[in-house]
Amino acid sequence: MAPRTNRAKTWYGHGMPYVAEKRLPGHLIAIEGTDGVGRSTQIELLRPWLELEGYAVSNTGWTRSPLLHETIEEAKAGHQLTVTTFSLLYAADFADRLEHEILPALQAGFIVIADRYMYTAFARNSVMGADPAWTRDLFGMALVPDLVLYLEIDVDTLAPRVVQGKGMDYWESGMHLALGTDLFDSFVRYQRRLLIEYQRLAEEFGFVTVDARRPVDHVQQELRAHISELLRKGETRHVADLGPPPAPPADED
Amino acid sequence: MPPAASPDGAPSPFSRSQLYAPHPFPGRLIAVEGIDGSGKSTQLLLLERWLRARGYPVHFTEWNSSRLVRHSMSRGKKKNLLTPTTFSLLHAVDFADRMTYQVLPPLKAGMIVLADRYVYTAFARDVARGVHPDWVRAVYNFALRPDLTLYFRVPIETSLERLLAGRAKLKYHEAGMDVTRSVDPIESFRLFQSRVLDTYDKLTREFGLHPIDAATEIPLQQKLVRRMVQEILRDYDRHRAKGNHGASHQSR
Repeated sequence: MAPRTNRAKTWYGHGMPYVAEKRLPGHLIAIEGTDGVGRSTQIELLRPWLELEGYAVSNTGWTRSPLLHETIEEAKAGHQLTVTTFSLLYAADFADRLEHEILPALQAGFIVIADRYMYTAFARNSVMGADPAWTRDLFGMALVPDLVLYLEIDVDTLAPRVVQGKGMDYWESGMHLALGTDLFDSFVRYQRRLLIEYQRLAEEFGFVTVDARRPVDHVQQELRAHISELLRKGETRHVADLGPPPAPPADED
Repeated sequence: MPPAASPDGAPSPFSRSQLYAPHPFPGRLIAVEGIDGSGKSTQLLLLERWLRARGYPVHFTEWNSSRLVRHSMSRGKKKNLLTPTTFSLLHAVDFADRMTYQVLPPLKAGMIVLADRYVYTAFARDVARGVHPDWVRAVYNFALRPDLTLYFRVPIETSLERLLAGRAKLKYHEAGMDVTRSVDPIESFRLFQSRVLDTYDKLTREFGLHPIDAATEIPLQQKLVRRMVQEILRDYDRHRAKGNHGASHQSR
């Protein structure tokens, strides 16, 4: 099936047929990567930089929707979820944020930085044993990001970071998969599987991979370079819409 | 989960969906469908009474009754946060949760599961709200095909009369006021539910639902219902429910 396009934007599958075609001049940038890789640190640094450059920024993060946040927390605490209900809850959370945060911000010309995107569900569901085709169908209502920046790391670098950081948590250690009774061992096994899935997704969806084993500021520089490149392309499109361009940008790298 | 084929070999766009082939379990799954005010719950109650009186092990499950999404659902409705997509997905969570806890275990244990509304409710309502028909079918591809789905078909005016006789006013979502944008609940109900009715008619052909004229007298409808249920119970082995899994069974 041919994807529905929205100017430069594309829906992943059938999209949301009832959402009127609107111009979405903003940019959607997804930051992907496993837990503890430093996504939020990097996003916190991106925002002030972009604002200084004159761009309005809107953030959105996995399971942060007002509609589902509490339900997901409660459900995780109550241990009654299956991989199916888990996936559907995440999809609902995602759809809520897409319609109430992401689309309006894009329409208003904001840069939307998404802390995790549908690929997180794809990776996790594969590891948990859900039908990968079903997970993809579920997110057929999603908008394809303009840029997916994937923070890549290996388990050996990740494990001490997580231990020293906020500590290993039940879910991110894959304890629900009963891979073992030892939290650390389970974490290593679960994250290893997850990273293999992310690697596959990176190829399938053309993520821009950034080596996240390096110091924070190195990673940040590289992220900024990729984002600048995207924005330059966007600039051209925007300027073209307005008519004859003003003076060209002073330097192009 | 095994891939399922369409029952009559017709090409199905959702070959992975289990909705096109009979389920393999010893129990029986009976679903009722229809718009609000069609009288389907009444008919299901009468059926349950009859089955219990005849000693069948029965388990009842109802649309939108799982505790898992109750909070999000009521919050979403109260604050008008629901969109067609989130409305659809919350119901899918409810359904998946009940599938796990309310439908599969009794079916595997050989019981008769009575479902007040099934996936066809989502296929009819959510599509009337504007989601893509293929998408919502894909979302529910884990659902089992019922052995019998009774569709209580009723004219809009009859269902309106019944609903308004029972209570003062129509509910916001039931009247589809979130999609029609009409400020008059009754006008909105007519508009929205006629879309739902059209979709049900298409589903009847697609999934082989059994239509019942729900404008006729209650005992008459119940007689038909019991006759159809008797049909699917003909080769039902009620001893299975007590742990005898010996004989083979054929579902329709």
